[in-house]
Amino acid sequence: MNNLLSMILGKRGLGGVLILAALILVVLPALMGIDELNLAGRYLSFAFVAVGLVMAWGYGGVLSLGQGIFFGIGGYAMAMFLKLEASDPESTSIQTTPGIPDFMDWNQITALPWFWEPFNSLVFTLFAILTLPALFAWIIGTAMFKRRVSGVYFAIITQAIVVILTILIIGQQGLTGGVNGITDLRTLKGWDIRTDEALFILYYVNAVLLIGAVLLGMWILSTKYGRILIAMRDREDRVRFSGYDVANFKVFVFCVAALMSGIGGAMFTLQVGFMSPSIIGIVPSIEFVIFAAVGGRLSLLGAVYGALLVSYARTMVAEAYPQLWLFVIGGVFIAVVMFAPYGLAGLYNKYLQPRVDGFMSRFRKPEAPVSKTLDAPTTESTEVQR
Amino acid sequence: MSTNTDYLLAVEDLTVSFDGFKAIDSLNFYVDHKELRVVIGPNGAGKTTLLDLICGKTKASTGSIKFKGQELTSLPEHRIVWAGVGRKFQTPSIYEALSVRQNLEVSYPQGKTVFGALFFKRTEEVKRKIEEVAESIFLTDLLDTEAGLLSHGQKQWLEIGMLLIQDPELLMLDEPVAGMSVREREQTAELLNRIAKGRSVIVIEHDMNFVESIAHKVTVLHQGKILAEGDMKTVQADPRVIEVYLGH
Repeated sequence: MNNLLSMILGKRGLGGVLILAALILVVLPALMGIDELNLAGRYLSFAFVAVGLVMAWGYGGVLSLGQGIFFGIGGYAMAMFLKLEASDPESTSIQTTPGIPDFMDWNQITALPWFWEPFNSLVFTLFAILTLPALFAWIIGTAMFKRRVSGVYFAIITQAIVVILTILIIGQQGLTGGVNGITDLRTLKGWDIRTDEALFILYYVNAVLLIGAVLLGMWILSTKYGRILIAMRDREDRVRFSGYDVANFKVFVFCVAALMSGIGGAMFTLQVGFMSPSIIGIVPSIEFVIFAAVGGRLSLLGAVYGALLVSYARTMVAEAYPQLWLFVIGGVFIAVVMFAPYGLAGLYNKYLQPRVDGFMSRFRKPEAPVSKTLDAPTTESTEVQR
Repeated sequence: MSTNTDYLLAVEDLTVSFDGFKAIDSLNFYVDHKELRVVIGPNGAGKTTLLDLICGKTKASTGSIKFKGQELTSLPEHRIVWAGVGRKFQTPSIYEALSVRQNLEVSYPQGKTVFGALFFKRTEEVKRKIEEVAESIFLTDLLDTEAGLLSHGQKQWLEIGMLLIQDPELLMLDEPVAGMSVREREQTAELLNRIAKGRSVIVIEHDMNFVESIAHKVTVLHQGKILAEGDMKTVQADPRVIEVYLGH
């Protein structure tokens, strides 16, 4: 444990984690009303996906344009549990078949489908949220990476899987709630999740889990596995001929990213009170990548800020000019790729950090130079090719 | 009939064709334990392809490659490395975003699985071994330098070091002195002679002065076949070798 702590403390990233923690645990709740805070919580549930993408894409070179798959699995698992709880025979007594979710009744389904049954159990649901996304990622990853499918082909395939998944959900309205999604979620084991107090607590649960995800990511990147991840991104062949089964290393980081996305999805459902295909389709899946790109694809912390800022901008723009958003986000993505390939974190490292360091060093005794963090972009040339 | 298990590496009847072109054509090639073998030949003779076949980068059309009696042609690349074959590529193939130390650490032959790598501990043994290798490849002072900032020759050495730390029984080097200065070539020759003491080494090289300074036995490849094999003097005197290669 000591070892683990010193490994995290030894990195410069920890200061950044503290600042982030102060921001999302203290500053935002202090400044915002509950509605705004709930909105921020929704954005922070997207941040899980962005953090996972920094691991998989930024460090591992595994670009997935289909993280909505895993966000959706986590979100739908949570929604199914909540929906079943909201569909007790008493409150659904006006239905033809009481005791099943309302949309099933509308679609002339008279018994709960088998795959809904386990979601009566909260324990199973939580287990499913933590394992199903990773399991699904393992299947996709193994199928692709063992066949050496990678890069842009992998990205396209993940995108295709998202499309298949959303079409499946929309087409099977009676089983999934269709295009409306699973709505009207009310209580979690009798605890009303719609009250201000509940939203406040859920915001904190989300924020703490998110910081946990960032710390997990930092730990993974600090190990030999983290170095191999970078090595693999830059020179896959060399890693292979150093005796590593490259496919397994890619599958693992893809699973970690999926796990994080799944948790984010479940937290989204809890805070927003519904889950629908529009949250997990192509556009959101690409937006997740843009969060990571804007924040800086080599910065776990940057991903959180990227998710917050881009989502906030989306809300602003979409309220004023709903048609405009896709153009804005496309423009932002192009601008980031062209002018700031390392996103906000890259800009910070380049322009602000030297000043901050200079300022701080006036108060500090000279000490041994801190080892360079991996957050800092290193060789542009190897990077830009990707 | 002699058994091929006497050799460390026995390549027999090996053929690989790319769209009908036979880059390697029914080749038989044997390397003994602790032998330093130099492979020379004109461009397109199949030298690099031979190394690609041995390390699993290219799959053979027919034939067998036996290493310590174990068939390599059916093994995935990382298993061939585990069996004890190390390969240096023609252009320096190192991780430019990582420091010299991290490059060596990534190549350390422990923690080769996902969870092995996650829970890999940088023990004293690991640190000692990294420093030992760094010294032998003349990079002790540059351990914490980003590998992308090294000179071309130093990158070549680093890649050799990354193989040394794996301690392979067979080391294959593809043009290790390409792009090196005269001084660096001398140091590399010295390094190779030192490395070759404990293991077998196959070197592909064009620089004849360098070949003379390290070669014990030379194999000349031409159009995917062996043209001549023997010690340096015999090979240099062979009229066919002069015709296709040395005469130029």
